[in-house]
Amino acid sequence: MADFLLAAAGFVLATVALGLVRILRGPSEADRIMAAQLLGSGGIAALLLLAEAMSVPAAVDVALTLALLAAFVSVAFVKGFARSGADGA
Amino acid sequence: MSFALDALTILAVSTGAFFFLAGTVGLLRFPDALSRLHALTKADNLGLGLVVLGLLLQAEGSFAALKLIGVWLLTLLAGATVTQLIARTARPGGTHE
Repeated sequence: MADFLLAAAGFVLATVALGLVRILRGPSEADRIMAAQLLGSGGIAALLLLAEAMSVPAAVDVALTLALLAAFVSVAFVKGFARSGADGA
Repeated sequence: MSFALDALTILAVSTGAFFFLAGTVGLLRFPDALSRLHALTKADNLGLGLVVLGLLLQAEGSFAALKLIGVWLLTLLAGATVTQLIARTARPGGTHE
């Protein structure tokens, strides 16, 4: 079971890392923040899988913190975007 | 009993991982920002939800299970809020108020 969960964590991380290509390609800022958002939720899933696979219960707390921070990233992006847009217009 | 639980875990986690794959493919292949956002929310909600469901079957004790559910609920709440905010900046024309 642990091997399967470990493989699943690796698969999710590899998949999400592939999604980071969207940050390079853009085209808009919203697309880039979406890839970062996907990395956030993929990271949470990988951490939860690792916590169970390697029996490190503390990793669940790390996942909880990552969930909180991933939400703040996008809120900060939208606030900053609105402000710079208002200045530019 | 334990075999059935393991089989259900493998099924749920595999389906969750598939949704992460689908979300990434959608993010890379869909033509515009709003449809990419649609693909992203599927990976966020369903992918993580199924992974948490699979892990719940392996959880020892109700506190560990409650924590897993807490992670998922926080992600659902944050995902719903953040998706609205990103969609507002990605919308053609009405970028911001």
